[in-house]
Amino acid sequence: MTRSRYLGWLLAATVTLILGCGVAVTIGPAAVSLGQVAGSIGAHLGLATEPVPILIDSIVWQLRLPRVLTAALVGAGLALSGAVMQSVTRNPLADPYLLGLSSGASVGAVCVVILGIGFFLPAAAFAGALLALVATLSIARVGGTITPVRAVLAGLAIAQLAGALTSFIIFWAAKGDSYREILNWLLGSVAGATWQSVTIAATAVAVVGTGILLSATRLDAFAFGDTAAASLGINVNRTRWALLGSVALLTGAMVAVSGSIGFVGLILPHLVRGVSGPGHRRLLPLVAVCGALFLVIADTLARTVFDPRELPVGIITAFIGVPVFILLIKRKKSHLWA
Amino acid sequence: MGVDLDQLSFSIDGTRILRNVSASLPTGSVTGLLGPNGAGKSTLLRLIAGIDKADTGAVSLDGASVGSLPRREAARRIALLEQNAAPSVELTVLDVVLLGRIPHRTRLMGSFGGEDDRAVAFSALKTVGAAALAERSWQTLSGGQQQRVQIARAMAQQPSLLLLDEPTNHLDVSAQLSLLGQVRELEVTAIMALHDLNLAAAYCDHILLLDGGRLVATGTPDEVLTPEIIGEVYGVDCFVLPHPRGGHPVIVYSAATSKGNS
Repeated sequence: MTRSRYLGWLLAATVTLILGCGVAVTIGPAAVSLGQVAGSIGAHLGLATEPVPILIDSIVWQLRLPRVLTAALVGAGLALSGAVMQSVTRNPLADPYLLGLSSGASVGAVCVVILGIGFFLPAAAFAGALLALVATLSIARVGGTITPVRAVLAGLAIAQLAGALTSFIIFWAAKGDSYREILNWLLGSVAGATWQSVTIAATAVAVVGTGILLSATRLDAFAFGDTAAASLGINVNRTRWALLGSVALLTGAMVAVSGSIGFVGLILPHLVRGVSGPGHRRLLPLVAVCGALFLVIADTLARTVFDPRELPVGIITAFIGVPVFILLIKRKKSHLWA
Repeated sequence: MGVDLDQLSFSIDGTRILRNVSASLPTGSVTGLLGPNGAGKSTLLRLIAGIDKADTGAVSLDGASVGSLPRREAARRIALLEQNAAPSVELTVLDVVLLGRIPHRTRLMGSFGGEDDRAVAFSALKTVGAAALAERSWQTLSGGQQQRVQIARAMAQQPSLLLLDEPTNHLDVSAQLSLLGQVRELEVTAIMALHDLNLAAAYCDHILLLDGGRLVATGTPDEVLTPEIIGEVYGVDCFVLPHPRGGHPVIVYSAATSKGNS
């Protein structure tokens, strides 16, 4: 694809995302117009805009906007994590969920909720994700190499262990409020999103995302494996651990604000590669924007389809993600999917 | 680029893979790396490429030690083609060849597939006669075409030293001959691990013969590929005749009367 066509796609996706966020804010029990959304945002940014009724303003600014933005940022973060994991482990099945990262992050999150020190939640989720990653890769690593199959098997084991740990902790310690809070994580939801969640997610996506974008060329070099990457001038071990550590940080932050939302990191990179091609300099920006758009749509569905009841968004992403994944399996003919 | 190997030794988990390998290969020469399975050919190539570090001894290129070069610097001078490399994502031929430009990009903002890079990639594809394949998907190529494209990738790296690990594996006879013919025409110093002694005799200036991690013979094909040395290293009985046209040695094996192995 030519450069201008790619930029066209990226621009179209970005515009759709911005419009989609705006429209998502208007949707809900109380009717809000796009103009009111713009007015409320403008007022808070100190722009001279039409004044908006106080009630509408607080619905937009306090409730819906933080939620929609959190969904967008989490979608971007998960899609980026998935794309990096798939390249670094050379495994089309890799995503934060499958390699145990988000299960590990959930253990960390549940621990601090039970202990009543929710303030440390992002740090705990990150520590959990990192521990799970180290455990998965050290099991998968035999004689210095990590094969794709081994990585998935090891991730499965760690995810199961982390799941059991989470259940164990809930079984012994959780009651009332903490129980509901925990259930939210396990199913994945951005319902409780606040401006604090937006800040955490935005910081993680901006900082780690920039680092990942700057590593795009190094990610390309992994296409033919470790030796080929080394012969192309990449310091394989340092690069791999730096990237996986970054992804653990990103996933930890995402899980801290939204729990374990599956399938975004698995599906989006495959779909976007079909458009952008495999080069990461093109893949990464587009996958971030599309991941954001996908989760904004999924979250809007989550809170409207069974109105007034609300589904955790993780259920929606799975309902959409599984059929898409099955389609991908059916369509891909390469040996990678054999 | 002249290559000097000085007393290279390497072991993995206490097992000696290479012992005191020394050799000197002149600029522009094509060297065949021979030896039975497990002799240490691939390991030696990795040491020369600087991907693994020798326990003792040093590899130098035109006098500069490979070990002291940063990885990127080394990658601008040395290209290594592995056996049976396969990508983990769906790539076009041009994508694959462009990978060779990675060591030449600026670290942070080097644009992927910039015009210069594409020009170098296309000229590399032309060199190996694969320009028409540029837009094809890698997975749809034949084994011979894939090897050719790999060579183009290595050429896009613009190395002065090209290392090939059994490049003729799984190729039919005509693909083998044309591939090695192409390697000979490239203006680089080349070292390739080969199993076929006749191909080595026909296409190499120098032979390094490894056995059990030791360099047991070195010299021109005429000097190394004698019935005595082949018999000793491979445990097979053979005749060596001059090629009716080229004059290089042709090895003719006796039928499997020998049980092999010394």
